[in-house]
Amino acid sequence: MRSTFGSPVLDAAARLLAPFMWLFAAYVVIHGHESPGGGFQAGVIVAASIILLRLVRGRLAASVLTSRDALTLACLGPLLYGGIGIASFFFGGNFLDYGVFPFPMEPSEVRAMGTLGIEIGVAVGVAGVLVLIFDALARWEDGTL
Amino acid sequence: MIDLLGPLFLLLMVVCALAALNAKDLLSAVTIFGAFSFFSAVYFVVQDAPDVAFTEAAVGAVITTVFFVCAIQRTSEDDQ
Repeated sequence: MRSTFGSPVLDAAARLLAPFMWLFAAYVVIHGHESPGGGFQAGVIVAASIILLRLVRGRLAASVLTSRDALTLACLGPLLYGGIGIASFFFGGNFLDYGVFPFPMEPSEVRAMGTLGIEIGVAVGVAGVLVLIFDALARWEDGTL
Repeated sequence: MIDLLGPLFLLLMVVCALAALNAKDLLSAVTIFGAFSFFSAVYFVVQDAPDVAFTEAAVGAVITTVFFVCAIQRTSEDDQ
């Protein structure tokens, strides 16, 4: 895997697909409460789109998400998760008891917002870790596989 | 008719598993294993478990296949 695939058809398909995969991931994470999906699946879809760009575009897609950025994402996701969990301490709740947040909404909506934050944390963490696994397996360095 | 969909996809899974076991080289075995994951995802949909099917289609059919291909690439590199 020293060179990229480089076919114009693959190139166009990957460039066309990637934004819609991101859009679908956003839909999956936002509608995770009432339809199939959730943070994990959305993270996998984001990671799949980034891996698709790396496989097809190679060096040209190196700036989409570098390995170091993926590491940052993989650390940021659990930080968001734990941060929301610990933030509920400051409003008098237990860990991850996000019904206590002082948002101007119904209590059920406040809980839904807290769950959404958790799911976004999971999605970011999963996407970062999966991209990192791919980078480690394929020895991805600056766009060369 | 709709009752036969579950057994049909189970049968296809068995066929894919046997084909993956009998494949000549590892790359085709991994590709057939991706088809196996896809059929199991469809089987989960038939069994009214769309959440599991979603995860299986995303992780089993896409990410696992890519990781296996990368692993095959690296091991065949080291052989040379």
